[in-house]
Amino acid sequence: MHKLWQSIRKELLLLRRDIGGVIILFAMPLVLIIAVTLIQNAAYQRSGDVRIPILIVDNDKGNVSKSVFDNMNQSHAFELITKKEGVDLTEDSAKDAVFSGQYQLAIILPQNLSADLQAKIDQNVDKMLTSFGMGDSTKIKTPEREIGQKTVKLYFDPAVQMSFKTAVMNNIDKMISQIESKSIYDAFNEQLGAAGQPSFEQKSFIAFKEINPTVNNKEVKPNAVQHNVPAWTLFAMFFIVIPLSINMVKEKSQGTFIRLRTNPVSSAVVIGGKTVTYLIICIIQFYMMLAVGIWVFPLLDLPALNVDANFFMLTLVAVFSGLAATGYGILVGTIAKTQEQSAPFGATSVIILAAIGGVWVPVFAMPKFMQIVAMCSPMNWGLDAFYDVFLRNAGIREVLPEISLLFLFFAATITIALLYDKKKRSV
Amino acid sequence: MPDLNKIIDIHELAKKYKGADHYSVNPITFSVLEGEVFGLLGPNGAGKTTLISMLCGLLDPTSGSFEIDGKTYGGNASELKKIIGVVPQEYALYPTLSATENLNYFGSMYGLKGKDLKKKIADSIEILGLTKFASKRIDTYSGGMKRRINLIAGILHNPKVLFLDEPTVGVDVHSKNVIIEYLKEINQQGTTIVYTSHHMAEAEDFCSHIAIVDRGRIFAEGKPNDLIDATPEARNLEDVFLSLTGKALRDA
Ligand SMILES: Nc1ncnc2c1ncn2[C@@H]1O[C@H](COP(=O)(O)OP(=O)(O)O)[C@@H](O)[C@H]1O
Ligand SMILES: [Mg+2]
Repeated sequence: MHKLWQSIRKELLLLRRDIGGVIILFAMPLVLIIAVTLIQNAAYQRSGDVRIPILIVDNDKGNVSKSVFDNMNQSHAFELITKKEGVDLTEDSAKDAVFSGQYQLAIILPQNLSADLQAKIDQNVDKMLTSFGMGDSTKIKTPEREIGQKTVKLYFDPAVQMSFKTAVMNNIDKMISQIESKSIYDAFNEQLGAAGQPSFEQKSFIAFKEINPTVNNKEVKPNAVQHNVPAWTLFAMFFIVIPLSINMVKEKSQGTFIRLRTNPVSSAVVIGGKTVTYLIICIIQFYMMLAVGIWVFPLLDLPALNVDANFFMLTLVAVFSGLAATGYGILVGTIAKTQEQSAPFGATSVIILAAIGGVWVPVFAMPKFMQIVAMCSPMNWGLDAFYDVFLRNAGIREVLPEISLLFLFFAATITIALLYDKKKRSV
Repeated sequence: MPDLNKIIDIHELAKKYKGADHYSVNPITFSVLEGEVFGLLGPNGAGKTTLISMLCGLLDPTSGSFEIDGKTYGGNASELKKIIGVVPQEYALYPTLSATENLNYFGSMYGLKGKDLKKKIADSIEILGLTKFASKRIDTYSGGMKRRINLIAGILHNPKVLFLDEPTVGVDVHSKNVIIEYLKEINQQGTTIVYTSHHMAEAEDFCSHIAIVDRGRIFAEGKPNDLIDATPEARNLEDVFLSLTGKALRDA
């Protein structure tokens, strides 16, 4: 116990002699979290004004194309472009512009779309009414014209995301269906002689409202602050892999590592000293981030973090996340031979673990496949546990799977480090 | 000589590094008696560090065995580590910590604490003439000063056997004399010393027993004067080495 305490004291002393490093350790996550949250907030507020420019070639010039234009303008999502360098777009020029990557999408409305749609509907309505014996017998029967299917062509930039494609196609499909059904209503109206007084409700009968699952009246989807505070805390915690691995690589190059191996002290005590010290740093980082969420965010016009009575559970999750981060740092520090190896590897791997673990893009916003990959990142386990506590008021039982995983990760990294060390002795 | 006095007993100890095509230490057998200053002398690359690293428990032998005071690393390693002191060839200190902080930490790893440790540190620093610098950071020290602290870190716990790997290499004459005098004093208090050097003149004066090593082999072993007497026309250990290995000793 005395040896462990002395080991912790030594690590703290070493940190005190490297004040610059310690400041970076604490200042970096604070700057990061404030900057990221401000930027995200600004992006949310601005996103209404940002329109995606798309090309539209109107070969129809009828009421259907007019409806398409009106609808798309109303959606505020798109900026409709019909001319390029002062010349009306044609299907070919629009296609070229999209395939060369200048635009993400071109919509080609075919010729006679309105007229043919109207004719087709008239034919169908006529047929139906006649079969009910309500046909307009005074009307001169024109021989039925064969009306082919109309195709609205969509040219996508091959680089656009699948989700964008499906969204656009669904929207256009829906738009045309609406126009179609409106025309059908109109045709019936006209045929039944009730023109002028709208006897049909023309608005969509079925509307959609997105409802997020709630538990105890709390939404399960985290807001930006509930996501950012734990996410960037985890990122900062795992970033200690850099100072910690440098600390260990330095011990090797200074020879102090060799000296310790000749001392009657077990590796467990030496590693224990490092674990406790860097765990303390992780917890301080966490409390600082919480403090920023609670007190600094409101000053910046950001929503404040609501910690409620979850303080103990949050600390518990932070401790296990810190253990996982420390274990990872010790593993990298054991395997790396030089700082030139440990620092870039440590930084890159933490950024990758953060990215797949949902620090930048929350996991629920990821595609299905990435949601599965995300489960491989210890930062994701920590994040899940934090979500549980923030959003579901989870107790120890609910976060047990996640904190167990974090602890197993810690145990596994330390075990591998110890085994690797043992193997090195038998060179 | 009765077995009782053998504090280190080495039997066919050998080391071949993984991937190397030859043995760095060929199977060697010798023993060190309690109270001796035993010198392993040989040029760079002779295998001195490899041999002493095995004795310090830093390197697993390829074959062979040894006992120190009847103990092995295979048994209770920490019981053995408690009675040996190690002074590595390279400085092994935290550069950003002061001499006192370094020594306090390494002393506590031997279970030393409190007043005893404080006094032992202060006394040792005093004897080696560094009291004025005790609270200065190691990275402000000269090479000779670092060597002296490096030495103290290995003897705070009064080891039964002290291993030193080239403790005087790259050190100014003053520091060298201070170190040798201090080691003689420690030896007189009962610590057995095993030390490596490629400096024959220093060893001639300091060692009670030497082994001449080259290319992983022991070429001769005995009291310095006996070795000189046994070699025709040799006036010192330098000549002995030349006649045994057929080459002059590079004194780097
Ligand atoms: N880690 C190692 N891996 C492979 N070969 C080594 C290693 N360390 C030393 N050697 C080789 O072993 C031989 C003895 O080296 P060493 O014990 O350091 O000699 P000395 O200490 O007498 O100068 C040299 O040929 C050296 O190249
Ligand atoms: Mg050497």
